[in-house]
Amino acid sequence: MYDVLIIGCGVVGAATAFQLSKYQLKTAVLERENDVAMGTTKANSAILHAGYDPRPGTLMAKLNVRGAALAAELCSALDVPREQVGSLVLALSEEDLPKIQELYRRGIANGVPGVQLLSGEEAKAMEPNLAPEVCGALYAPTAAICSPWELCLALAETAVRNGVELHLETAVQGMQQTENGWTVQTNQGDFQAKYVINAAGTDAAAVHDMAAPHAFDIAPSSGQYWLLDKSEGDRVSHVIFQVPSAAGKGVLVAPTVHGNLIVGPDARATGPHDTSVTAAGLAYVQSCARRSVPSIDFRANIRNFAGVRAKSGEDFILQWADDVRGFLDLAGTASPGLTAATAIGEYAVELLQQDGLALQPKENFICARHRVRFKELPPEDRAALVQGNPAYGKVICRCETVTEGEILDALHGPIPPRSLDGVKRRTNAGMGRCQGGFCGPRVAELLHRELGIPLGEVLQDQAGSWLLRRETKGGAAHV
Amino acid sequence: MYDCIVIGGGPAGLAAASAAWEQGLRKILLAERDVELGGILNQCIHNGFGLHYFKEELTGPEYAARFAEKLRETGVEVRMDTMVLDLKGAPGRREVHMVSRDKGYCIEEARSVILAMGCRERTRGAISIPGTRPAGVFTAGAAQRYVNMEGWLPGERIVILGSGDIGLIMARRLTLEGAKVLACVELMPYSGGLTRNIVQCLQDYNIPLYLSHTVTEIRGKDRVEQVVVSQVDGRRNPIPGTEMVFDCDTLLLSVGLIPENELSRQAGAEMDPRTNGPRVAENMESISLSGVFACGNVAHVHDLVDFVTEESLRAGAAAAHYVQSQGWESADGEGPVLPVQPGPGVSYVLPQAVRPAEMDKTCTLSFRVSQVFGPCKIILKAGEAQIASFPRERLAPGEMERIPLPKVLLERAQAQSVSVSVEEVSAQ
Repeated sequence: MYDVLIIGCGVVGAATAFQLSKYQLKTAVLERENDVAMGTTKANSAILHAGYDPRPGTLMAKLNVRGAALAAELCSALDVPREQVGSLVLALSEEDLPKIQELYRRGIANGVPGVQLLSGEEAKAMEPNLAPEVCGALYAPTAAICSPWELCLALAETAVRNGVELHLETAVQGMQQTENGWTVQTNQGDFQAKYVINAAGTDAAAVHDMAAPHAFDIAPSSGQYWLLDKSEGDRVSHVIFQVPSAAGKGVLVAPTVHGNLIVGPDARATGPHDTSVTAAGLAYVQSCARRSVPSIDFRANIRNFAGVRAKSGEDFILQWADDVRGFLDLAGTASPGLTAATAIGEYAVELLQQDGLALQPKENFICARHRVRFKELPPEDRAALVQGNPAYGKVICRCETVTEGEILDALHGPIPPRSLDGVKRRTNAGMGRCQGGFCGPRVAELLHRELGIPLGEVLQDQAGSWLLRRETKGGAAHV
Repeated sequence: MYDCIVIGGGPAGLAAASAAWEQGLRKILLAERDVELGGILNQCIHNGFGLHYFKEELTGPEYAARFAEKLRETGVEVRMDTMVLDLKGAPGRREVHMVSRDKGYCIEEARSVILAMGCRERTRGAISIPGTRPAGVFTAGAAQRYVNMEGWLPGERIVILGSGDIGLIMARRLTLEGAKVLACVELMPYSGGLTRNIVQCLQDYNIPLYLSHTVTEIRGKDRVEQVVVSQVDGRRNPIPGTEMVFDCDTLLLSVGLIPENELSRQAGAEMDPRTNGPRVAENMESISLSGVFACGNVAHVHDLVDFVTEESLRAGAAAAHYVQSQGWESADGEGPVLPVQPGPGVSYVLPQAVRPAEMDKTCTLSFRVSQVFGPCKIILKAGEAQIASFPRERLAPGEMERIPLPKVLLERAQAQSVSVSVEEVSAQ
């Protein structure tokens, strides 16, 4: 019998697991995919928003601002890339000025530190590549960029190190209320728990409906992106927004913590798992982005992708399900869901405590994580590292300078990756301009050697994404 | 302090290091990131290499072995499994940062440096193919490595986008392994590969080549299930209504190569946006970094390794001359530097500049045309004056062309620049 069962290991599920792992509880996370961070968490703008967008008084407003501060703390403690670069919301015409003034007022009301209205000239002095039309901007110095999947991984890994069970490839198929909790059926057998937390992202409504009467809908909305080579990484140094519309925060242009430039998203109603990109959508994003920053060189593109927003109404849905006991929804966590995630986890623990769950702090709670990042080290540290372990002297990914030692660290970490993309999310190998063309075969070999996965079963990413069909006529043994 | 550090042990680095040795340098270091010398030739197990240089047909590994063998007879120090991460320093004292399992992190100094890092393939991202993002989209070279080096077939039903040489070679290779290659799709109205490869790799196996077509959508959630191919108009935009759907599990991309110059850029080499390589002079020396030479695919993408060898031998010899004459003492050189420019019909020319005072009797100009030409002539100009012309029956962007630039004609013209252009010759 578990105390708490969390369904879904995106950033919200991981953050909740992390918060619960501070206490003497038996907690498990059920994740349908073969890795954490496989849904919206790995495909979004990678922004920790300052918090001036949400309507004052909403959960979204409160948890955005709290989450931004908590994410800063946790990124530092858990070694997650985060840079507080600040953001600018541009007024591209006189008509936009009242809108940024409204955002400024919201920022003040929400308690966002340091928000400031700038003239067009001031904004262009900060960002020389802005369009000449810019006639004003809202500056928010606390906006930050981060690695969203690494935030999720760091939270999940730390939860696991603190005793939380993570069950991958475990898909929830149904659940029933029992006398003292819940029975949850999965493809890996049944789980019993006192409490169930629904952090199923774009599938949150479907999971809710297994437990309780229909209460909300998720309206999945896809956003497409361009990810440009590092040669474009300095095009802007802040997160550049346009004024938001009903569809979302609009197309942004921002540096990433990995040194690239990200441009997107659009907004298009889709299915909960439809992450395809379209020529029309990409062209739309391009034309919008050029209104903010006309000089972006889209020929430097290295990847297009889309993520699906788990959107439902105007606010997050963080509440107990009606008509049943002990089923907590953490749903509708579209933007600023990533920013708020750590605070949502904290809030979920508060709700559990209010409901009577006894929280005994663990004495030996671990709140630290360290990852070797060879590329970022100065020569003398690199030398010392290789001297200690020669595996750090073998570069596997040329584009991102990722060494075998770093990949071995990941393969033997708290949540071992099972695919090439799993290794990519943990080490950056394959994330660069050649997109794994060179290092793919070498990473596959390491998955085979270290984890015993037969080469023919190595996956690109999720289950079913097989990489190699069969051995050649001579066979692998003969080469 | 080394006389010369060669970065890369593929065909360019091997030839350059040999030539530097032959010209008398004795402290030479070659750093190779892989565990074998030969670079990408090792996975090119088909034949056709060496026709120009050795006058015989060799496979890629055989061609590489000849140069690796030759290098072994010299005293060139070779460090395998060694990745160069940074190039710093000043003329005459370059610092090359490298890392390996055996030697750890080292900073080696050299009088001269030869860049021979080769190139990489353009990916799906570079051409923004719409659709889903399943497994099964490979660059042709990555697939070639899986098949020829690892012994694994990436898929059974294959569509190839792009008619670059590696894609054509892989069409034949995969067919011989029992896979079905359904189509080769080319955006341009002409092939990007060598004519001999179109004949020997597609036509001989009845693989259709769709010119003026492209892949407009990839379908499949986990693994490629279908690709949609559409015809394109004269401006390369897909024409609605021309869609063909192929049921396949693999899409290979052979959509171009990009010289791998992150190191050169970091070091501050002035780049040519047309070649994506460093701008070099007649001796393959970087125009902006004295004593740093570039050769092979790092300078511009070649289609024949024979020409890589020839160019790299020149670069190696020039590096030796630079060290022996203490070229860093006169880093800015003496005498005029004439830019060499592509004229109408030409997409790039290499070298990007010539220094008549430094030239041998002739200098080879390598270039590619920007479109297919029938009967035509190549026109070499010094300033506005035509100094030579070369008739050709056919020129195509997929085949690099080379012409000599004689020093005597250049001096006689007393011009400030050189250009190469191509003109159609109207039928008589």
